Amino acid sequence: MKRMLLKRLLQLLLMAWSIGTLTFVLVRSLPGDMAYRIAAERYGDDAITNAAADAVRAELGLQLPAWQHYLNWLGELLQGNLGNSLVSGDPVIDSLQHQLGFTLALVLGGLLVSLLLALPIGLLAGWQRDRLADHVSLLLSTLIRAQPVFSVGLLLIFLLALNIHWLPVAGFGELKQLILPTLTLGISMAAVSSRIIRNSTASVISSPYYQFARIKGLSRWQTFCHHGGRNIAVPVVAYLGIQTVMLIEGVIMIESLFAWPGIGHALSHAIFARDVPMIQGSALLMGVLFVLINTAVDGLCLWLDPRGQAT
Amino acid sequence: MKRFYQALSASQWLGAIILLLLLLFALLEAALGSADPARQALSQRLLPPSGEYWLGTDQFGRSNLARLAQAVRLSLLLALLSVTTAALFGVVLGVLAGWRGGWIDRLLDMLVTTVLALPGLVLILLFAAIVPGSFVLLYIGIAVTLWVEYFRLVRAITRQRVHSPQLQSSAMLGFGYGYLFRRHIWPYLAGQVLTLMAFGGGASVLAMAATGFVYVGLKPPTAELGLMIVELFPFYAEAPWVLAQPMIALFLLVLGCNLLATRKP
Repeated sequence: MKRMLLKRLLQLLLMAWSIGTLTFVLVRSLPGDMAYRIAAERYGDDAITNAAADAVRAELGLQLPAWQHYLNWLGELLQGNLGNSLVSGDPVIDSLQHQLGFTLALVLGGLLVSLLLALPIGLLAGWQRDRLADHVSLLLSTLIRAQPVFSVGLLLIFLLALNIHWLPVAGFGELKQLILPTLTLGISMAAVSSRIIRNSTASVISSPYYQFARIKGLSRWQTFCHHGGRNIAVPVVAYLGIQTVMLIEGVIMIESLFAWPGIGHALSHAIFARDVPMIQGSALLMGVLFVLINTAVDGLCLWLDPRGQAT
Repeated sequence: MKRFYQALSASQWLGAIILLLLLLFALLEAALGSADPARQALSQRLLPPSGEYWLGTDQFGRSNLARLAQAVRLSLLLALLSVTTAALFGVVLGVLAGWRGGWIDRLLDMLVTTVLALPGLVLILLFAAIVPGSFVLLYIGIAVTLWVEYFRLVRAITRQRVHSPQLQSSAMLGFGYGYLFRRHIWPYLAGQVLTLMAFGGGASVLAMAATGFVYVGLKPPTAELGLMIVELFPFYAEAPWVLAQPMIALFLLVLGCNLLATRKP
């Protein structure tokens, strides 16, 4: 447990360092007149003076030598000081706080949908191994996996929002508007996890201990509860850790597709606007989310299968 | 002939054929097609497929056949470049780390942990942000996220092989490193590295489309699949056939790679 937490802490630090370094490269490689351009955006075209541009330059630390600037940059990051947005001038932290809620709603909703889809499909396919249900689920999963998340989302929009007008296309605020984004995220994740559940189920069911439990007289249901559930869950939960990457990447694309005002949306917008502090903040928060979900998955794994703990 | 056919499974053949057809389409269009993918004709926007424009025209009256072929060429080129780079670095460094161990192993392990500490797309987006619209940085970003998988696989297998009795006997008989690698390590790596390369091809195509889709990848007027999808989306009602084209091309590219990556049972 302690080792796992230490490993995740190291991951957190490395993540922050790599984001800090990349955004530092970004801020140093801004074109020369960037200070003027930012000043113009902030104060209006008529109001830019050399003083205003110098103030912006000082805010970014562009007048310092590179190594000193780099150390300052990382120092600020370590203190959790993310600075102000170059576009709006507001503290980055404030807008991130606002966006975090939207992203969390999407993440939790997506996980829930993927679980609701993948569990029954995967269990059924595992039970019916190499029979019709298995083949159908393999075909569907192959077709969905060959599409980027945003294509799945577009198809759902065409299907559910534009043709039969069941759901709103985009926007936020109402619960109804959360349905399409979470459905998109859930379906694309379930395409992968249902196959993992299927493989795990098939191998548990054909294992000697499972067969023995049936032979000694337990009913199907008893066998499944006592010998199936937990054993099937171990590889599935372990795989969730790998799926976290899919989850975060999916969130970025889906938020941009549905104009969902979360962190992924903020990240792509900030990159488009070259708003370096905002890029740093949103990438950092994405990274933190990634590490936290991974830690939770690790914890769940240890709880399900405590055998690995001794080492 | 029969042996050649049996080298791949049925679904792998299907994947290979899909990819070959796409490649043929992209190259033939470049060789024979006359339309310029950037040439606009605003009086001829969103035309349905016809004799002159086989795949219709887009919102600026550009030939969709030319644009689609350009986008497919771009995707295939990027996939090829990033996958070979990633595989080369991954295999060389993986063998080095697995064989030598010691500080070089620890150093590379640290590097890998750093890359894996972030979801791949976030890293690629950050690289893409350094120079907006740059193909080269997109390629570097994708290769940086991809090589890690090769490294981890190759390192694990190499470690195992280095301690095998076969390799140790050969080493004691005085064979050089080159021979040991070719005879005792590479045969165990080849199949799995090729599988990873096929998967990586699909992943890099998806990554480029994703950056184009969130509008931070290549810039218009470049024809790129993700960018085409996001640009054509507003015209879904007037010209669904135009929007469908890049989506289908993307689907086929990734499907081809994924099918090629399925292992023989």
